[in-house]
Amino acid sequence: MIRYALTRLGLLVLGLVVASALIFVSLRVLPGDIAQLVGGTQASPDQVEALRERLGLTAPLWQQYVDWIGGLLRGDLGSSLLTGTPVASELVAKAQVTVPLAVMSLTVALVVGIPFGVLSALGRHRAGGTALSVGAQALAAVPVVWAGMMLVVVFAVWLGWLPPQGFPRAGWSDPAAAFRALILPALTIGVVEGAMLLRFVRSATLQAIGQDYVRTAAAKGLTRTRALVRHGLPNVGLSIITVLGLQVAGIIVGAVVIEQLFTLPGVGRMLVADVAARDLPKVQGELLALTGFVLVVGFVVDLLHRVIDPRQREAS
Amino acid sequence: MSTVKRLWSLGTGRFGILIVVLLIAVALVSLFWTPFDPGAVDVRARWADPSWPHVLGTDDTGRDIASLLMAGTRTTIVVAVGAGLVASVLGIALAALGSLTTRWIRESVAVLVDILIAFPVLIIAMMISAVWGGSLAVVVWAVGIGFGVNIARVTRPELRRVLHSDFVLAGRASGLTPWQNLTRHLLPNVAPVFIVQLSWGMAVAVLAEAGLSYLGFGAPITQPSWGVLLSDLQAYIAVHPLTVVWPGLAITLTVLGLNLLGDALREAADPTLAERTPAARTHVPGVVA
Repeated sequence: MIRYALTRLGLLVLGLVVASALIFVSLRVLPGDIAQLVGGTQASPDQVEALRERLGLTAPLWQQYVDWIGGLLRGDLGSSLLTGTPVASELVAKAQVTVPLAVMSLTVALVVGIPFGVLSALGRHRAGGTALSVGAQALAAVPVVWAGMMLVVVFAVWLGWLPPQGFPRAGWSDPAAAFRALILPALTIGVVEGAMLLRFVRSATLQAIGQDYVRTAAAKGLTRTRALVRHGLPNVGLSIITVLGLQVAGIIVGAVVIEQLFTLPGVGRMLVADVAARDLPKVQGELLALTGFVLVVGFVVDLLHRVIDPRQREAS
Repeated sequence: MSTVKRLWSLGTGRFGILIVVLLIAVALVSLFWTPFDPGAVDVRARWADPSWPHVLGTDDTGRDIASLLMAGTRTTIVVAVGAGLVASVLGIALAALGSLTTRWIRESVAVLVDILIAFPVLIIAMMISAVWGGSLAVVVWAVGIGFGVNIARVTRPELRRVLHSDFVLAGRASGLTPWQNLTRHLLPNVAPVFIVQLSWGMAVAVLAEAGLSYLGFGAPITQPSWGVLLSDLQAYIAVHPLTVVWPGLAITLTVLGLNLLGDALREAADPTLAERTPAARTHVPGVVA
């Protein structure tokens, strides 16, 4: 187990190095003159030169990369080109919207995906199960933005139950309003992600139903449902853990779009604004933070899977 | 031919084929004819309800929504086909590198693919558009790269499995050149996995076009595109909610068609495939918006 954990940790570190190098290279090397790009076409040669100096672009490329990584290890993600504020502190501030949103979305996805996934597998020969399966297939094809718009029309415009967009200025010091502001966005991401989870749970449950040990348990006198619940579902649960990493990645990406739709001051909306403004040092830090998070989630999920599944433990 | 027949006999396959054919037909027709000029502004007809002659109504400047949607299919097809091409080339190259070369390169490629898979398409798109600005090319490259890696991850083990199979060995023993062996035995056996992934990848491309165009990193606002139309109409959803329904439905039906086509292709091309790798596991749709 420890050996596996160390190997997996090595892979994580390697992943972070490759990710940081890719982000660094694609943002610096490809475009030619980054200073000219940032300064715009109206910048004079002197201004471009000064900008180049300020961005540290005069040093050789490998040294720029090493400097960046050195800063990262000290907790310095770089700072904004336009405002000068450190990226790390802004990320922490914006995470106060995005993290609760992600947690709420994941909750919705799990609540939608797991029970209905099992139900749709159990009822696969009945109308209800088929309807669930077809509905999930259709929902998984819906663009998240559009799902958000439709929910806004129904719950904000027609019924008037929830705010159509925005986040209270007071933030979490007004917890009720902040929570209310996140319900529709979380529902949007959660339902679409939940539909994908449902399909996965359904196929895993169908596989479990066909297993010998479930049939044996049923033959010994358990009802089919109890045999499945006792012997089949623990295995379904295990395979769900493996897709959890993907779900989290999907939720983060969903948050980027949904924060834009609901004008929530979160990490995703900040990233979109910075990309549009070409605040490259800031974009670089934000992209690394996001991909780093996805890689770390993958690492945790793999370890968790190892710890919980006894077969995996013995295999190592 | 028998594969196509089997595809048609499946309900999902038939739906998928019909959607794809409809999409191509509408795109072709829109080259010569649309009910109205998709760019034509007509202030007197703004916010017309769905009725004759504006079948799906008009937008805030009186443009005919049905015509905009028809013209938008061209953008969708260009993005889907472009991304499919990039993904195929990249995916096959990575899969080949990861299975046909020396052990050292093979393992490195496998690790690289495992790392790259963590990059969501949207993040790749952000990386590209931060430097190059937004355009349809960004969508094509981002989905192409993101899904190419995915194709590589799924195709590589399949390629390796076939590579070590008895019939490839027999082919080699009976004097086939590597090229003959590749075209006769390797490719036909790997193709099903690959084509299925491609179909799903194109669905991802359609979703990504909508999401990225909405964020302003996709199609330019002057080009008819479902994503752009969606973001145009968003500002008015409180007053004219019905208009937003149409582009969303068009995207959903297209994505659903491509997804189901992929599912059906899997079943039709190789019935054993579904048992080896359940659909939901090779399907990575959660990475775009």
